[in-house]
Amino acid sequence: MPTAAAASIFPRLTRMDGYYGSYVPVLAIIVVGAVLVTAMFLGNRLLRPSRPSPEKQLTYESGVDPVGTGWAQIHLRYYVFAYLYVVFAVDAVFLFPWATVYAGLGWVTVGEMGVFIGIIAVGLVYAWRKGVLAWT
Amino acid sequence: MADALELALRLVLVLGAFLVLPLLVGQTEHKVMAHMQSRVGPMYAGGFHGWAQLIADGVKFAQKEDVVPAAADGAVFRLAPAVAMVPYLVVLVAIPIGPGLVGQELDIGLFFVLAVMGVGVLGTLMAGWASANKYSLLGGMRVAAQLMAYELPFVLAAVSPAMAARTLSLSGIVEAWEPWWLIWQLPGLVVFFVAGLAELQRPPFDMPVADSELVFGPYTEYTGLRFALFLLAEYAGIVVLAALTTVLFLGGWQGPFADQLGWLWSLTKIGVVALLVVWLRVAVPRLRADQLQRLAWQALVPIALFQLALTSAVGVWNG
Repeated sequence: MPTAAAASIFPRLTRMDGYYGSYVPVLAIIVVGAVLVTAMFLGNRLLRPSRPSPEKQLTYESGVDPVGTGWAQIHLRYYVFAYLYVVFAVDAVFLFPWATVYAGLGWVTVGEMGVFIGIIAVGLVYAWRKGVLAWT
Repeated sequence: MADALELALRLVLVLGAFLVLPLLVGQTEHKVMAHMQSRVGPMYAGGFHGWAQLIADGVKFAQKEDVVPAAADGAVFRLAPAVAMVPYLVVLVAIPIGPGLVGQELDIGLFFVLAVMGVGVLGTLMAGWASANKYSLLGGMRVAAQLMAYELPFVLAAVSPAMAARTLSLSGIVEAWEPWWLIWQLPGLVVFFVAGLAELQRPPFDMPVADSELVFGPYTEYTGLRFALFLLAEYAGIVVLAALTTVLFLGGWQGPFADQLGWLWSLTKIGVVALLVVWLRVAVPRLRADQLQRLAWQALVPIALFQLALTSAVGVWNG
């Protein structure tokens, strides 16, 4: 029986109830998604015409010939957005496990999380007042 | 063997939901939006009130030529629609619609769902950059700025029901839900929904694709099936947002006869939230990019923080 053989080789992966086992369907659905997209593109390739021409492949710019390149220089300040984003992503990583246990630990832990979020919030307000988040 | 069969069945159901529900939402949007604007909407495809309009659209998209601009970064340009769409399929696997009726129950379901949803935006950013088009690039920049505006309130608001239920499992949150959450979690609900709309770039937060300014933003250069995949991703995103709002704040499958009709309650609530998304598109004019920033930092974040304080206070109080 193939599943038994697989189970003996990958016991932790084929057991559906284990911690890693619960991610087997997640991996499977990612594979399903990849297969779905591939099948769509393959079917599309069979059905569609393909008559490329230089005019057709010209960059669209409201009907006139494109001026310069589409890849413009971007103000370096823009990377601050990325930094802020990472800060809050890390913040979330701490917040989620805390959310499941805080009640048993009482007010002290709520205060601590308040300090943690407060420091980040002050940083955010600082960035905002400096105009980093302004749209210009 | 039974495990493998059950797994296959679950995957087929998830895939079916992914392929059917977005089309239902899209068709509903066609018709509801039309009637809200005193039009009739599609009437011909399929005969009865144009029910097959989106199927006809799909058939048409599949036959359209796939044009990749000569100036574009070909590989990234081709991959972007898949990156935008597949995450929503993956998210659906973790969302429960009934007791035990879930693609896969995950201990950290909420965390998983938020993390995977974040990947979808990457597809739009890839499209914006790889197109080598000025409209696309500007749209992509707006997406990136929008990301900063909504991500923080979105995550903060999502933590609140997890704190109230003391679990990150989505099924666990639904089981712990009680009707009075509707009142004391209301600020979190509003923030989550509004921030979710911004994540999906749905009106009134569709400035990245603002058609009167940027043609179609990051999707300007896309044709045929790849364009259709972006649209599918948008409507799958509506389904996912509605489902998450339902699970986190509206009690999921809870209602009379939940043991038998739980899935129906879930789908009904998802449908109502999706209808609200459509309604907002008709009713509210598009915000400017800076107005969204102001809304996020001056309203959504403070409300979300207030909700967190309230939830933690109630949680510690109840011990």
